Parts: sequence; C-alpha cells; structure tokens
Amino acid sequence: MDFLIGHYNYWIVIILMMVGLYTVISRGNLIKKIIGLNMFQVSVFLLYISLSTVEGGAAPIITEGVEIYSNPLPHVLILTAIVVGVATTALALALVVRIKESYGTIEEDEIHKLDQSL
Amino acid sequence: MIDIIIDITLLTFLAITSVAILRMSNLFAIVMLFGVFSLLSAGLFVVMDAPDVAFTEAAVGAGISTVLMLATLALVKRQQKPHYTEETPQTHRPWLPLLVVIVTGSALVYGTWDIPAFGDPDAPAQTHVARYYIDNALQETGVPNIVTAILASYRGFDTLGEVAVIFTAAVAVLLLIGGRRPKSPATSKDKESKIKPNLILRVVAKFLIPLIILFALYVQFHGDFGPGGGFQAGVIFSAAFILYSLVFGLDSAEKIIPANWLRILAALGLLIYAGVGIASLLLGENYLDYTPLGSNQIAGQHLGILLVELGVGITVAAAMLILFFAFAGRGRD
Repeated sequence: MDFLIGHYNYWIVIILMMVGLYTVISRGNLIKKIIGLNMFQVSVFLLYISLSTVEGGAAPIITEGVEIYSNPLPHVLILTAIVVGVATTALALALVVRIKESYGTIEEDEIHKLDQSL
Repeated sequence: MIDIIIDITLLTFLAITSVAILRMSNLFAIVMLFGVFSLLSAGLFVVMDAPDVAFTEAAVGAGISTVLMLATLALVKRQQKPHYTEETPQTHRPWLPLLVVIVTGSALVYGTWDIPAFGDPDAPAQTHVARYYIDNALQETGVPNIVTAILASYRGFDTLGEVAVIFTAAVAVLLLIGGRRPKSPATSKDKESKIKPNLILRVVAKFLIPLIILFALYVQFHGDFGPGGGFQAGVIFSAAFILYSLVFGLDSAEKIIPANWLRILAALGLLIYAGVGIASLLLGENYLDYTPLGSNQIAGQHLGILLVELGVGITVAAAMLILFFAFAGRGRD
C-alpha cells in the first residue's frame, strides 16, 4: 500500500505523458497535435513538482517556526518553463494559422495529398 | 493524510480529462477541456506546496493559452475531421502508435521502481543543492521567498535566457502573423455587428479590470515575500488588457496600448534585465552579481532582484499582449 501511494504520482505522470504522445502520433489534426504536446509538457511539470515535494514540508517561503520546506529548485525551473511553454505554443499556433491560410486545411493527410499533387 | 487523498483525486481527474481530450473531436470542447486540465494541475501544484508554480499555471494554462487557442480556432476550422470515414480510409492506423506508447510507458513504469517514494525527505533530489538554498538564501539575499531568490539571483543567467526565449517567440509570431492578411474586403461589416455590446459584461469588466491590474502590481512587488514575481505578474497584467479587448473590442484596446509601444516595452524589459548585469560588470563584479549595486550585500541583492523582476514582468506582459493582438488582429481583416 505504501509503495502504491508513494508511486501513484509517477504512474499518473507516465499515463498523461503517454496519452499526450499518443495524441501527437495518432491524430492528424494539427491543433489536436499541439494540445497533445501541451499535455506531454504538463506531465513533465508534474513530474518535477512531484520530485520536489517533501513529506510534511511547507511552501519554500522562510517563516518563523517552520523547519521543513519543499525543494525550491524544481519550482523555479517549472515556473519559467510554463511561461516559455505558452510562448512556444503560440508560435506553433501561428504556424498552424499560416498553414491554414496557404493550404486551406489543418488535417495532416490532406496537406500531404496537396503536397504530392504539386 | 488529507493531502494524499486530494492529491490522488486530482491526479485521477487529470488522467480522465486527458483521455477525454484524446477521444473527442470537437475542437472547441477540446480547448475548453484543456483549460480544465490546466486548472486541475494548478490545484495539484498547490497541494504539492508549490504556490508560485500554481499561480503561473492557473494564469497561463487556464487563462492565456486557452484564449490563444480559441483565437486560433476562430481562424481555422472548428471541427476535427472524423477519425475515419467510409470513403476516405483511415490513414492513421491505431495499432503502431498504440504499440509504441505501451512499450515506452512500460519502460518508464519499470523505471519508477527505483524512484524514491513520493515525499521522501532523504531522496537525492532533496539532499544536494536544495539544502544549500534553504539554509542560506535568506542570509545571502534577504529575500524570504526562496523561489524568487533562486529565480532572480542564484540562477539569474537561466532566467535571462528564458526571458530572451519569450521575447524571441513574440518576435517570431509577429513575423508569421503580425501583419494584416492581404485579402479582399467586404466581409468586415457583418463581423462588426455580430458582437453586440453586452451591458452586464461591460459593467462587470469595468469593475474587475482595475482590481486585476492592482493585483498584478501586488504580485509583482510582493514577490520577494510571498508567492509571486515578474512572470506571474506579467501574465496577470496582460490578462486585464485581454479581458478589456474581449469586451470592448480590439480597436479600443489598441487605442489604449498602441502596438508599437508593446514592441518597445517587450524589448525594454529584456534590456533592463541585461542592463543590470552590465551594471554589476562595470562596478567590478561578475555578470548578474548584484552585490555592488547597494551599500551592502543584502541591499545590493534586494535592488538587483527588484529590477530584474521588473524587467521580467514588463517583457512577459508585453509579449503576451503581442501574441494575443497578433492572433486577434489576424481574424479582423
């Protein structure tokens, strides 16, 4: 039971990661692919924050009378990664908009077909 | 114990949401569910004692990125093509990807056998450099929020790089879709009339926007003592303007903040950050070592962290608004 609770976080992280990966590989719609990539990304965030948690620890803000804090380093890495993530997602969405404007579709197979018919 | 129960419940919800996103084909519903997904993960970050991260994820994941995706949907088709139909045979066979995913997933699960249990205080991650930060951050920088101290001071180079990436992404989006689409006119008239002014929305927004901006300023300048900082404040600040332009229209929003101001501001924030580094170089210390900026170490660190966070906040707020205006302006014709 302890092993189960102690590893539940990591297993869900892996499930989310794999669902994200599966969405990216198996779906042809470009927006859906981007959302799959984002799910993958969030699962990595969760992995880092899970690793930073300490049993009975408090948020890493120094306070009188608190001895145990969770690990602040992963917090810093992930906090910046989230904002960078939205900026790069916006870049991907901008590419999708341009693809839609020049191909008239955002389905991968239709884009391939149009490419081959050139 | 209650922590563990909330943690497990939220994680289960997260897994269910992700499978729902995978199986749906209405893109609008998928984007809304992804907002839920982000909000759930923000809740998880709170449970796992990471308020700074939760703050950012709630503002970015559930706020800005949902708005950006909706703006994209307005420009492209809303419905994902059905997975396969009678006349167009399925081009994506499910078995190969499924096999890849199951093999990768099993390998990763096998790897978790060696990971120390969740919350283990003796895990390697807890015993090396993290100990140093927790023990010394307050004495060395005078900032009680260790996350801010690491972000702006110990790992200042890293953050400078991240801000540069955000700036670059905003520039790239402007290059891709920043200009007006060269397209025939005539459709713009009925678009204007589609959005009727909604009185309730307008009144509520007018109440909310000053409060959101005030809160953003609080998060910006209180980031040394509580959860917050430049990244969160920048995103919240831009959310206020995005709300304004959603309710009152893009044109009136652009009158308040002209597009070229935003471009200057985005560059200015990065320049402030890099400039603080140059200033410490000129005062005879290493790049981004804030000690010589003040009369003693604590004062110098404090001033340095304040300026750097201000630079981060300005760049992030301006970059988010540039992104939003680029997507929203594209649909306007």
